[in-house]
Amino acid sequence: MQEAELQDILTSREDGEYIINIGPQHPSTHGVLRFVVSLKGEILEYLIPHCGYIHRGIEKMCERLTYQQIIHLTDRMDYLSAHMNNEVISLAVEKGMEIEVPERAKYIRTILAELQRLDSHQLWWSAFGMDLGGPTCFFYGLRDREKILDIFEESFGSRLLHSYICPGGLMNDIHPNFQTRTKEFMKYFRKKLPEYDDLLTGNVIFEQRTKGLGTLSKEEAISYGLTGPCGRGSGFSCDIRKHHPYSAYDKVEFKEILYDEGDTWARYKVRIDEMWESMNIIEQLIDNIPAGEHTARMKPVIKLPEGEYHQRVETARGELVAYIVSMGDKYPYRLHFRTPNFNNLFVINRLAAGYKIADLIAISGSLDLVIPDIDR
Amino acid sequence: MPFNIYDFSVTTKAVDEYFKAHMSPTWAFVMELLIVGLVFLIVYAIIGLYLVLAERKVCAIMQNRYGPNRVGKWGLVQTIADLIKLLMKELIPVRKSDKFLFNVAPYIVIIASFMAIAAIPFAKGLQGVDFNIGVFYMMAVSSIGVIGTLLAGWSSNSKYSLIGAMRSGAQVVSYELSVGLALLAVVIFSGSMQLSTIIESQANGWWIFKGHLPAIIAFVMFLIASTAEINRGPFDLAEAESELTAGFHTEYSGIKFAFFFLAEYMNMFIVASLAATVFLGGWMPLHIGSLESFNRIMDFVPPIFWFFGKTIFVIYLIMWFKWTFPRLRIDQLLTLEWKYLLPINLLNILLIAFLVLMGWYFK
Repeated sequence: MQEAELQDILTSREDGEYIINIGPQHPSTHGVLRFVVSLKGEILEYLIPHCGYIHRGIEKMCERLTYQQIIHLTDRMDYLSAHMNNEVISLAVEKGMEIEVPERAKYIRTILAELQRLDSHQLWWSAFGMDLGGPTCFFYGLRDREKILDIFEESFGSRLLHSYICPGGLMNDIHPNFQTRTKEFMKYFRKKLPEYDDLLTGNVIFEQRTKGLGTLSKEEAISYGLTGPCGRGSGFSCDIRKHHPYSAYDKVEFKEILYDEGDTWARYKVRIDEMWESMNIIEQLIDNIPAGEHTARMKPVIKLPEGEYHQRVETARGELVAYIVSMGDKYPYRLHFRTPNFNNLFVINRLAAGYKIADLIAISGSLDLVIPDIDR
Repeated sequence: MPFNIYDFSVTTKAVDEYFKAHMSPTWAFVMELLIVGLVFLIVYAIIGLYLVLAERKVCAIMQNRYGPNRVGKWGLVQTIADLIKLLMKELIPVRKSDKFLFNVAPYIVIIASFMAIAAIPFAKGLQGVDFNIGVFYMMAVSSIGVIGTLLAGWSSNSKYSLIGAMRSGAQVVSYELSVGLALLAVVIFSGSMQLSTIIESQANGWWIFKGHLPAIIAFVMFLIASTAEINRGPFDLAEAESELTAGFHTEYSGIKFAFFFLAEYMNMFIVASLAATVFLGGWMPLHIGSLESFNRIMDFVPPIFWFFGKTIFVIYLIMWFKWTFPRLRIDQLLTLEWKYLLPINLLNILLIAFLVLMGWYFK
């Protein structure tokens, strides 16, 4: 929204209407996001999301970096889907260079992506519970997330920003313990996930706070460009893993979780069910990782042939697209990311208008926003 | 009471006589007031501080954590350290705030809870004032606190505070009805509003057992409504840290914030002790009908332990659902009160009146 337009709205407000700023420093915006909220009592009249507080110009920076270097920047977009972000650039470059990635790397990439999805959904679940006023959820979620981060740390030395998947395959081979620890975690988490339902899903207050709240129809979800669990909560079948399989997703059996209600509850349920599906995928792959090289032989300097390359992956939040325009140089001429959160954010005025402040927090929690992914 | 050694009125009478013998009646009165005031101040501070620690420990257990365990054994001194930190914090003045009301609000809140504690019977003979309308007094005094909350929100010159204060106002005014009606249940049973008489009437069994189902309903109603009245989770809409950052005390710091904080915990203690007094027999030991030997053994436990044991039990219940439930929304909160709690309470009162009229309860 333009500054002048905003001023217009601010000055022309009705009697009894007032403006508050939620953010950029507010516990429930999950980062530096700012909502300018117009309220009438407790009722939300309209809402203007302001982003840009953590804009770092990643797309522009990428124009002066080699493809191996770009990997390290993609981590910093959606830091909770770091593996998938690395993967999208790697896949796009591999497509351009026409490299065949070893099967081993494909399998490991898929496992890592699903582990990352679990990790992300666990953190989302924790924060969502806290948004609704139940801080206990936070500790249950983080307790289990810690186990995944430990696996990550052992295998490639970092817990959040991995930069592990790179053009051609993987930076290194996995740690010898990786498979056993992942299997242990699967066994552990299958027992712990029902606890999430006990604590939050079955709660009367929780059901009343989320059911029928912020309903979005399938058509609207499509026109707003919602993807990921938010889109699937409205019945929009948009799982890239299913429709355009990459890595090893064509070798595994899994369901695409779809709910038709389109409310906050549906978006919640999609993510809970996705955690079960992710575990299914990992369990199908973890014992069958083929032996062999972990990376294809790559030239030290990658020069992408002249042309345009396009790659989509499914992150924990939706569809991430990398669009590379190359002039045959070692740098991309232009690199654009279509990040899921950017589209998911701007539906919030449509969802939250007419509800109460508490509902705004619940709805923005159910969209699972990661702010650096919006601003890039 | 077979054990007169547990009767505190012996001690208090001795002190009274000592003062009367040594000085004029006016001075004796002043001295007694001073001593009582000082004792209450110390008890108030200690209970408030250690409830904070207890809450941190309970919530840690609920959340798979250890809680404070570094300062002192089991973190026992942690709460003192926090108090010192709070006392040393800068008091940040807020621009364009109403200075007088801003400063006076924390005192109103803390005075309200301090006045309520005066009527709590801690043990036999250990009670600040034994009003003949004790229940009514507790209700009246504890509802003064909301004025402080409203003033804090209004004078802070912050919209977050204002929303929190308005929520708190709507909430306390509504839930006070249910608290009153739930207490009325026992007032009908025991036929008195005096807290000491209510306790005496439970010598052969607590009202929650003697009053059949209606008393249990009244106890549950009291627990729910009073949790809402003291602005604790899942009814902590006035603070609602995920929506309003800290609600009505967003702009407060240092000792003024500490006052709000302390008052919140003391209100919890007051509510719990009222529940223990009215429904669970206060300092009365657990007596079961004609089991003489059992009753004798129970009498050995000093009344003050019974009182604090029951109060801690109720406090644990209140903490338990704070740390396991998500927060309600404001409209759901008011719906719960006006559409469910209040009608159930009214019917319950009618039922109890009928029971008492027919004499269909354990006497």
